[in-house]
Amino acid sequence: MLKNVRAARQFLCLAAAAAFLAAGPAAAQESAVAIVDARIIPIVGDEIPRGTLVVRGGRIVAVGPSEDVAAPEGATVIDGRGKVVMPGLVDTHSHIGGVAGADGSAPIQPDVRMIDSINVRDPGFRRAVAGGLTTLNIMPGSGHLSSGQTVYAKMRPARSIEDVLIMDAAGRFMGGLKMANGTNPMGAPPFGGTRGKNAALVRDRFIKAQEYKRKRDKAEADGTPDKAPGRDLGLEAIAECLDGTRIIHHHTHRADDIMTVLRLQREFGFRVVLHHVSEAWKVADEIAAAGVPCSVIVVDSPGGKLEAAELSTESGGILERAGVKTAFHTDDWITDSRLFLRSAAMAVRAGMSREGALAALTIRGAEMLDLGDRVGSLEPGKDADFIILGGDPFSVYTKVEQTWVEGVRVFDRSVADDRLHAVGGYGAGDPMRPYMCCEGGESTFGFGGKQWEAR
Amino acid sequence: MRTTSALIVVLLAALAAGREAAAQVVIRAARVHTMAREGRAAVIEDGVIVIRDGKIVAVGPAASTPIPDGFRVLEAAVATPGLVDARGTAGVSGIFNQAHDQDQLERSSPVQPELRAIDAYNPNDPLVAWLRSYGVTTLHTGHAPGELISGQTCIVKTAGRTAEEAVVVETATVAATVGPWAQKGGKESPGTRAKMIAMLRDELIKASEYVRKRDAAARGDAAPRPADAEAEPATDADGKPKDPAARSLRSEMLARVLAGEVPLLVTANRAQDIANVLRLKREFGLRIILDSGAEAYLMADELRAEGVAVVLHPTMFRMFGEMENMSLETASILREAGVRVAIQSGYESYVPKTRVVLFEAAIAAANGLSFEQALAAITIDAAEILGVSSRVGSLEPGKDGDVALYDGDPFEYTTHCVGVVIEGVVVSEVRR
Repeated sequence: MLKNVRAARQFLCLAAAAAFLAAGPAAAQESAVAIVDARIIPIVGDEIPRGTLVVRGGRIVAVGPSEDVAAPEGATVIDGRGKVVMPGLVDTHSHIGGVAGADGSAPIQPDVRMIDSINVRDPGFRRAVAGGLTTLNIMPGSGHLSSGQTVYAKMRPARSIEDVLIMDAAGRFMGGLKMANGTNPMGAPPFGGTRGKNAALVRDRFIKAQEYKRKRDKAEADGTPDKAPGRDLGLEAIAECLDGTRIIHHHTHRADDIMTVLRLQREFGFRVVLHHVSEAWKVADEIAAAGVPCSVIVVDSPGGKLEAAELSTESGGILERAGVKTAFHTDDWITDSRLFLRSAAMAVRAGMSREGALAALTIRGAEMLDLGDRVGSLEPGKDADFIILGGDPFSVYTKVEQTWVEGVRVFDRSVADDRLHAVGGYGAGDPMRPYMCCEGGESTFGFGGKQWEAR
Repeated sequence: MRTTSALIVVLLAALAAGREAAAQVVIRAARVHTMAREGRAAVIEDGVIVIRDGKIVAVGPAASTPIPDGFRVLEAAVATPGLVDARGTAGVSGIFNQAHDQDQLERSSPVQPELRAIDAYNPNDPLVAWLRSYGVTTLHTGHAPGELISGQTCIVKTAGRTAEEAVVVETATVAATVGPWAQKGGKESPGTRAKMIAMLRDELIKASEYVRKRDAAARGDAAPRPADAEAEPATDADGKPKDPAARSLRSEMLARVLAGEVPLLVTANRAQDIANVLRLKREFGLRIILDSGAEAYLMADELRAEGVAVVLHPTMFRMFGEMENMSLETASILREAGVRVAIQSGYESYVPKTRVVLFEAAIAAANGLSFEQALAAITIDAAEILGVSSRVGSLEPGKDGDVALYDGDPFEYTTHCVGVVIEGVVVSEVRR
């Protein structure tokens, strides 16, 4: 009896948890919120000059012209006149929260998880919502061939990393695997010192993972779990990439390095997003033929490292015209999350279409994180992640006024403390030097100490 | 023979024509921001700028400003003065970020004011052309922050094949840094803020002693001996002052700073470091330009009272370390308080390898500065703070023919720079 009571209690807890997950978003209100008479850019579907967006329970319930969509009775109504509403931005590559993955012991460390690394109280999170970011792929650096498992995060109000995780259908938190090639992961042994060595190190580990996966799958098919290989956290993560359930997010700059990723992709059949791609403009057709998406960084000048010396600001437009699925990322601290809209606007300046650039900030990034059915556009049933802008998304004078995640307002520029993080000022920042994208001394930013020395 | 002569004639004609075409240019723009001070129109609708032999000879409405015959006419929606980058390192820190192209910081000693920027400036670095293509025509570049006194800076035009061709001011400032960026570890000095100021005071006192001896020697006096000096002869065997003329590049340079001939450009970010700089200024009567100034908004009243101008960090700099409290609104707060402000591209140690003042001013314009104020921060105000406003910074007769052309509001993300003219020569026509 006692046992049954406990079982019943456990069941109820599980049921509550399941209901909670099914309902989605934690703090989402049950009462509706309607943004009325705004210019709405739904991303999927045409722009609506005067439209209304209705959200409830953390999801979008209606979006359309104000003539067709009315605010439900009892809804909290926000006057959208003069404002622009669009989906929350999706950043496919961020380093906020003091994230740090693999250490100096080995070049390939897919066992390391970013969930065990991120401080959600870092002011970087406040700046992310100030920039209109609602979904992020928080990644470790590029100083390793693989520096660990990334975390896909929703910018919900958070006390710990658990509060920002995104769960898949099986109830597991979602993320990818960070990999890198080119000069950043080069180093003294056990790191590879050349491109050839690094590709060999990766192939070797992936072949081991194939074997691991084969034994695991066979044991499962045969119903002989005792014959399954002993758990290896690193091979397990790579096996997920081979299964297609974990996407590889691959730092790569130079055209030949991009081709190396495509070569390994053909050999092992993993799903991959190419990140940064400074020289993608040289091999856009090859990338298109491989059907591999690109997440582009937009920076204000070429150089800073040999691989970025031939970076082109026109990459976004060139990839778009070649038919490559293209998104942007902040690579925060490389660019500032508060200015993510600027990245897309600068790509438009350099020849990308306006529509393509808007999609690249939202739905394309969402698709690259396997979240295209949940975020990245304003469509009924999708998460109520949206931003309210004071004007056109691609004007320098436009401010992000509000950011909403799953029906909860997480940033409001009219609130003093939120504004402090949007603008900066005394007490807004972080006295600590941020974790860098690449270990090894070369690639720290700013001034002071050894940071000045180029390798 | 005849063929050769004919060829020479053709070549000479071509050369002459080339020079003529290069130097005789008219810019006609739907809107001309002259950035001229009081007394002249700041904005001219449908304006014309006439440049002859590299200098502006006329600026005015198209209706009343005749376009001379034979001048090349460039047209654009907007024309501004060529932009002035108030403080960067482009051309000294090169695009590749490899040891061979990074000359912005010599780490062998914390005090080296004798290092000249023109000996390090590479006018052919691609980053210089990059800045130029967005409208930057004047660049204050040189030694970076990161050592107590890292060296000199120079002012150049972003054209020219050699430093000699590019240079506007050979020694514009001596660059100093106080605060964590100049801090050393272990047993090396300076390891603390107090040590930094003690070392700077010591250097300046030594330099004033050098000046005193040098001047005395120039007057033919025997070198006067300080009261506490050890009893050694002040003259050598021939009766000449002992070693008075022994040149010290380091002391010579600091002497020029002490004399107010060259300003000390001091990088300081924390409010307490800015206060240290002002204390140093009062003690030695230095001409100071404050560089970077992340927390300058906390010290605006003091900066105004001391008449110190600020060459502000890039608006989009990263918020960490001593920059943690930087604000997008600092330029606006300082202007409001009556402090003169220019905006810089700064130094970048990684990606992007340089910033572009056009973009940095744009963010300031979106965060409190008016359009005119933001444009002034990268044109006339920058030129005045750097002491080169007689040549650059505004579109006025007599000034250099440096003009940037845009196809819309220069600060808008999606506007393009469509042409750049330096001293009457069209140096960029890419649409960027």
